[in-house]
Amino acid sequence: MNHPSNPPNSLTPYQSVELPSRAPLLSRTGWSFFMLALIAVCAVAPLLNLWLPQDSPYHMSTYAVALLGKIMCYAICALAMDLIWGYTGILSLGHGLFFAIGGYVMGMYLMRQIGLDGNYKSTLPDFMVFLDWKELPWHWTFSDSFIATLFLIVLVPGLVAFVFGYFAFRSRIKGVYFSIITQALTFAAMLLFFRNETGFGGNNGFTDFKRILDLPIATPNMRMTLFVLTGLTLLGFFLFARWLVQSKFGRVLQAIRDAETRVMFSGYNPLGYKLTIWVISAVMCGVAGALYVPQVGIINPGEMSPANSIEIAIWAAVGGRATLIGPIVGAFIVNGAKSWLTVAYPEFWLYFLGMLFIAVTLFLPNGVLGLVKKWRGTK
Amino acid sequence: MFFLNKHTLKTLSPTLMHKDRFISHLTRSTLVRIFFASILYWCIGAAHALTAEQVKAMAIGDTESRVQALAKAAAEPDEKIAAFIQALADDAVKTAGAQVLVVQGSRAINPVTGAEVPLPADAEDVINNNLMRGELDNVLAALALFSKDEKRRRQAIKTLAGDNDEARLPLIEKAYAAETVPALKSQLELLRAAILLGSGDQAKRLQAAGLLAASGDPSTKTVLLERLKSEADPQVKAALQSSLRSVEATLAWGDKLAAVFSGLSLGSILLLVALGLAITYGLMGVINMAHGELMMIGAYATYVVQGVFQKFLPGLFDWYLLAAVPVAFMAAALMGAALERGIIRFLYGRPLETLLATWGISLMLQQLVRSIFGAQNVGVENPVWMSGGVQVLGNVSLPYNRLVIIGFAIAVLLGMAWLISRTRLGLFVRGVTQNRPIASCMGVNTARVDTYAFALGSGIAGLAGCALSQVGNVGPDLGQGYIVDSFMVVVLGGVGQLAGTVYAALGLGILNKFLEGWTGAVLAKIAVLVLIIIFIQKRPQGIFAMKGRSAEA
Repeated sequence: MNHPSNPPNSLTPYQSVELPSRAPLLSRTGWSFFMLALIAVCAVAPLLNLWLPQDSPYHMSTYAVALLGKIMCYAICALAMDLIWGYTGILSLGHGLFFAIGGYVMGMYLMRQIGLDGNYKSTLPDFMVFLDWKELPWHWTFSDSFIATLFLIVLVPGLVAFVFGYFAFRSRIKGVYFSIITQALTFAAMLLFFRNETGFGGNNGFTDFKRILDLPIATPNMRMTLFVLTGLTLLGFFLFARWLVQSKFGRVLQAIRDAETRVMFSGYNPLGYKLTIWVISAVMCGVAGALYVPQVGIINPGEMSPANSIEIAIWAAVGGRATLIGPIVGAFIVNGAKSWLTVAYPEFWLYFLGMLFIAVTLFLPNGVLGLVKKWRGTK
Repeated sequence: MFFLNKHTLKTLSPTLMHKDRFISHLTRSTLVRIFFASILYWCIGAAHALTAEQVKAMAIGDTESRVQALAKAAAEPDEKIAAFIQALADDAVKTAGAQVLVVQGSRAINPVTGAEVPLPADAEDVINNNLMRGELDNVLAALALFSKDEKRRRQAIKTLAGDNDEARLPLIEKAYAAETVPALKSQLELLRAAILLGSGDQAKRLQAAGLLAASGDPSTKTVLLERLKSEADPQVKAALQSSLRSVEATLAWGDKLAAVFSGLSLGSILLLVALGLAITYGLMGVINMAHGELMMIGAYATYVVQGVFQKFLPGLFDWYLLAAVPVAFMAAALMGAALERGIIRFLYGRPLETLLATWGISLMLQQLVRSIFGAQNVGVENPVWMSGGVQVLGNVSLPYNRLVIIGFAIAVLLGMAWLISRTRLGLFVRGVTQNRPIASCMGVNTARVDTYAFALGSGIAGLAGCALSQVGNVGPDLGQGYIVDSFMVVVLGGVGQLAGTVYAALGLGILNKFLEGWTGAVLAKIAVLVLIIIFIQKRPQGIFAMKGRSAEA
């Protein structure tokens, strides 16, 4: 603009642009809701579940704890999906892969924790004894250490996402192409994990966990601990995502979503932005998977099926994309309906899910949250 | 075994044979055999070479002497001997003291004179042990070498290929001299050579080794290897080794050919699956995740047509596929048109939403099929003319159903190319996809063209499902297995390209099959997916990119 050879008067004088000051992380009502959620997870749920006697009408059953814990893991996935799809416009159909990887890393640790209590009384996990393996394969090296497992839960999905994302974004694969390729990726990984010789337990995956950190895993206290941990992670990730999308980084992401070419013409290289959010999103899914496995007690390659990944997208869409609270709400609505319908009307569940996919895309582009906003607006 | 005489056979009219389709192949071939045998019964009368001693020697005594008698009798065959041996093989021979009788239903016949005799009350079945049974089969096969039916002769040569008994040499030489079909003659020569290999004469063994070099049959390799182990003569040994090498080379060629063929076969299926996508995704830009389920509808339509033919037109059952093809097309096309009118048209220009909505459609269609037909796979039968195959080399056989599907894929491809490039509808489709507003200004009803185009793509998916029903399982998950592959084909081939789709489908099919031979099926699939992901890095627009300038690739 201010090139020296230009005559000074032919240009409008350079004016510095005032960026609007950063909005607060959450509004006042936002914070109060957040605190309510925090109290519900950390105090109310443990009280209702552990302190109240079984026959009390307010007693929270073990089933409810397991179900809510599971759904909170799904909600983390939906939040991760929202960051990459809702805010950056990249629809991933492979997030189930990162979820499963995190789960598998955790599962390996839990398998080692079984120790000598397996069916074959061996130091090796049962399926290895069954396959007549004599020692642990190389990728099980760190499975003994909890600390290393925690690192790997972040590192492995992050690394897989980084390598894949780097090549995909560098050659500017986008839109539907990217979606289909991520689907192929998780499909290929599923086939790979189904094999016995890859050392992940084949189609049975990992199950029959006994303890975590040398403590028994199936006790009410451990369940509640995991539940609280999951709730805290979800809330923490929510705050983090909120901070992220309000930062300049987040604004560039939204600009990429709306007009990537213009962002490039303005001198930004989208590669770094897309790659960063892609890896963050993958890591969040990995963490969710790692929290999911000890609560559900099983991980198998079915978690990597393309159908699972695409379901994550529908949670985000039902709740409302590009609103961070929406995907969490969506995950609760869809999975709540699923756990009810698959028991009450198992035939009907797929019809319902299918209808949901169609109805949300046709009639609710902004999800349930958009609907709520519209009602408020008209009143 | 079956006890059928000529009278009951007369009633086995062609229509009845059709009704008996579900009798397994084994039983069918037995029926044919019995039929053949009774033709032989009809011919009884001319020659009288079969003597009472021969009959007795073949039917009574210990197995070893019976086998010897059998071989002796078979060396100088005539119709009567053949008929008797067939009766032996069918367990239709009884003995009463020194009397040997052939039983036909409730009657007994003297095999030597052909006269009907009363069946004695103390008649016992002739017991054939496995050795005897194997020998009977071989002798029957050897006799079949003189059959007038070329197919039967070919079958006989195949049966005899594993058995190198020198006693059969004169018979085979006789058959060799009489054979007129060149392919069969050369096969007989190989058979003769395999027997000669065991001869005591060195010159004969040498000659045989030379002859066997031309064979491409896996069993020849076994014969050569076995002989090599026991061969002492260095000259013969060298000849054997060189023959072995050339046989192995032929076999290796056969393996490669087989891989190419199964690759072509898989490629033709991928092509059929991807052709529909080439229209809906390639031309119209609609991501249709329910494409696999439209194929499933085509396959179930085929199943329904099969059921209708079974129930109402059993005589025409062999031709039910001809009716199933248009029905499958229409069923899928109508469903496609309904989907386009009802859902997809509201999502044009929003590919990601289309993806999710069509995924929802696919879930509902799967559940619909489960509710109607059950969650289990349903059985779709090959018509008779599609079962079996052509033997190309010793170790390569091309099944008819695969060949038919390759032909079908080519026909669908040509039909579609003609439709898109030569017809008015094709012109409209191309016009609308290239420039919708201008096409609309020219008076084209773009909405209707969209519906037609989508229905066309869906109908082709239905055709693919009809083809798949002939080679794979038909169940609610039928579409799921192909959807990733078919999108890969379209992505690899380049959007908006028919030629690219063809090359990508065939290339992927052949690559997959070659890798399969090398690494196993699952790893091959993974390798192919990884290769595609890498390839897309290099050429994001596919093999054949559309030429043009666009910032949005």
